[in-house]
Amino acid sequence: MQRFSGLDLFLRALGRHQTWKPQWREPEPKAAYDAVIVGGGGHGLGAAYYLAKEFGLRNIAVLEKGWIGGGNTGRNTTIIRSNYLFDESAALYDHAVKLWEGLSQELNYNVMFSQRGVLMLAHNIHDIQSFKRHVHANRVNGVDNEWLTPEQVKEFCPALNVGPNMRYPILGGALQRRGGTARHDAVAWGYARAADALGVDIIQNCEVTAINRDAQGRVSGVETTRGPIRTTKVGVSAAGHTSVLMQMAGLRMPLESYPLQALVSEPVKPAFNCVVMSNTIHAYISQSDKGEMVIGAGTDAYTSYSQRGALHIATHTLDAICELVPMFRRLRMLRKWGGIVDVTPDRSPILAKLPVPGLYVNCGWGTGGFKATPGAGHLLAWTMAKDEPHPINAPFTLERFRDGRLIDEAAAAAVAH
Amino acid sequence: MLLIPCPHCGERPEIEFRYGGEAHVARPADPSALDDEAWAAYLYLRNNPKGLHAERWRHIHGCGRYFNVLRDTVSDKITATYKAGEPRPDLPATEAAE
Repeated sequence: MQRFSGLDLFLRALGRHQTWKPQWREPEPKAAYDAVIVGGGGHGLGAAYYLAKEFGLRNIAVLEKGWIGGGNTGRNTTIIRSNYLFDESAALYDHAVKLWEGLSQELNYNVMFSQRGVLMLAHNIHDIQSFKRHVHANRVNGVDNEWLTPEQVKEFCPALNVGPNMRYPILGGALQRRGGTARHDAVAWGYARAADALGVDIIQNCEVTAINRDAQGRVSGVETTRGPIRTTKVGVSAAGHTSVLMQMAGLRMPLESYPLQALVSEPVKPAFNCVVMSNTIHAYISQSDKGEMVIGAGTDAYTSYSQRGALHIATHTLDAICELVPMFRRLRMLRKWGGIVDVTPDRSPILAKLPVPGLYVNCGWGTGGFKATPGAGHLLAWTMAKDEPHPINAPFTLERFRDGRLIDEAAAAAVAH
Repeated sequence: MLLIPCPHCGERPEIEFRYGGEAHVARPADPSALDDEAWAAYLYLRNNPKGLHAERWRHIHGCGRYFNVLRDTVSDKITATYKAGEPRPDLPATEAAE
């Protein structure tokens, strides 16, 4: 792997940047692998990287039906935080945040992780009580989170309207200073480059059409649009399409796939210094380094695989943005798109080995999977390599729905996270 | 936004409706007779198909009634609507190429 550095960049600039090579190979699929990851997003590529680096498996393929990072990895609003209420969730998401903190160095690839702070706004008494409870629970779990008064909110994020004449006035906020954003494409590309250097085959335009099982029911391989592949370990990390893939192995999942929309404005000069979220009036906004305001809208009401959504959903979010940040009323919106998110009944992910031997899953991240990318990749790799979960993902089983051990972040946050 | 043909009121925009989830999920007649596996399946497991999906909608800002819709989850095209209690129309699972 060609290591990136400032000096290297300078020298190549002298050569007019004509000497750059592709950062990963485009191999033909082999007949057999020790392990196959289905889904070439950040989670799947991360799993392949950690399998190769930490667990010594080198004969691995990542199968991606489109192009890497083209699903939800490239369609989200890149918010990273770990201020979840329950112990299990706080451990899971904070594991990811800790990996984010060293990721650019680890991968020798600038993922542009920016800990600019995530501010969650409270608009009513319930919000205040709920967020203060989150603040206390987080601090007990060693996750930073602090309560801000409206004056402190204004001081931290001057663009916000904290006046009393709003329909939903800002009554305070919970701030996680370690939270922030990262560059979504860079995460997928950084993992792909590092995994490829360790011998992982990244196979794009390769859709899995069947999961084969032997006479004992164990996974024996997959059928793909580029031919059959034999393997004894299959890790599915396919977000919205998990139900479709699991049906191939004869499993029904507690998942429903919904379109989740995001949109960006025209690029402007730096005007918004942090990430602001408001669950109550449904707005998520931050400014990308390119200058666009990146805005997250809600999910559509109905299940769909269409990767687009209805305009009234985005409009609803823009109503809230215009109220929160009056100066953005004159911004023009540039693009909007949808990603297909797989939502579990308790809004917590499933990261586990499955009843089918040799089959592992990383799914159910719903509307908030990007923040977990390095953690989910690492834990899926651990679970596949050792055939048992890491203590952090041990509670996130499929069986928790049967056993009544839900990790009910849905009730904790009331809406999307 | 979907244009949904309510079987009672005719075509109306989606914002008049509430989505009610997968249709034909029948509550078991004797829940206490089920084991945990079967009860969890009733509560939580869903088909989530990529293709034709039978789902409930409620015309909350209209007649107020629940009814069922067959919609393709790839194209979002609605192929049939029918009243609650009626059986699912027998259509192929995925839309034929047009």
